Amino acid sequence: MSIKIRYFASLREQLGADELTIKADGVSTVFDAWQAANQAEPLPDHLLYAVNMEYAQPETAVKDGDEVAFFPPVTGG
Amino acid sequence: MTIRISEIPFDPWMEVSQQHSKRLQQKHDCGATSVFVGTMRDFNENSNVSSMFLEHYPGMTESQLEQIVNQAEQRWVILDTLIIHRVGDIYPADAIVLVAIWASHRGDAFDASRFIMEELKHNAPFWKKETLGKTENSRWVAGNTDGYTSIQTGKTSS
Repeated sequence: MSIKIRYFASLREQLGADELTIKADGVSTVFDAWQAANQAEPLPDHLLYAVNMEYAQPETAVKDGDEVAFFPPVTGG
Repeated sequence: MTIRISEIPFDPWMEVSQQHSKRLQQKHDCGATSVFVGTMRDFNENSNVSSMFLEHYPGMTESQLEQIVNQAEQRWVILDTLIIHRVGDIYPADAIVLVAIWASHRGDAFDASRFIMEELKHNAPFWKKETLGKTENSRWVAGNTDGYTSIQTGKTSS
């Protein structure tokens, strides 16, 4: 029963981690996943979220086995 | 549709030429080819930039690019698309991105090309980190652009 958390770019550097695994108990949304992985810290402004590699919102549902990613605005091209 | 994420430098002109020749061996339905190549500048926002690191989200990047091409194919009549995007360490004059469109008519080729580039910049999970001048200072590029809709409504973005 676990959820994989991933961070990218400046957020990855700020948090000093690129991925970790959290227990899925009590985690039902992207927001819950952030709080479980970050000692109940509020969600930083202007982040983007993805669940299983599709864009999501803080209220998007997550479940056991999902991959939840947090990252800053994208700057490719 | 061909989508490739490249960790090594690529020659966009050779890639287009090869794809074009390959198509010509099979079909003669193409009347318009548009090619967009983004290359690395040695400056950005009043600073000299000596190199750049491009990070991405493997898996999501490819899936986003595929979705963007699918959207373009619903709006315009496209025969083939080739997208190549660099990741890793990049230096001035290196190609960063290639978007090439083969279509029967120029309107489709031009418009689909702009659409794909704007949507790529807005949605595809890539991040650039610039190394400034001859120093060890580096900074993450900020400032996402608004996507294709804002181009159509006249708002501009760089």
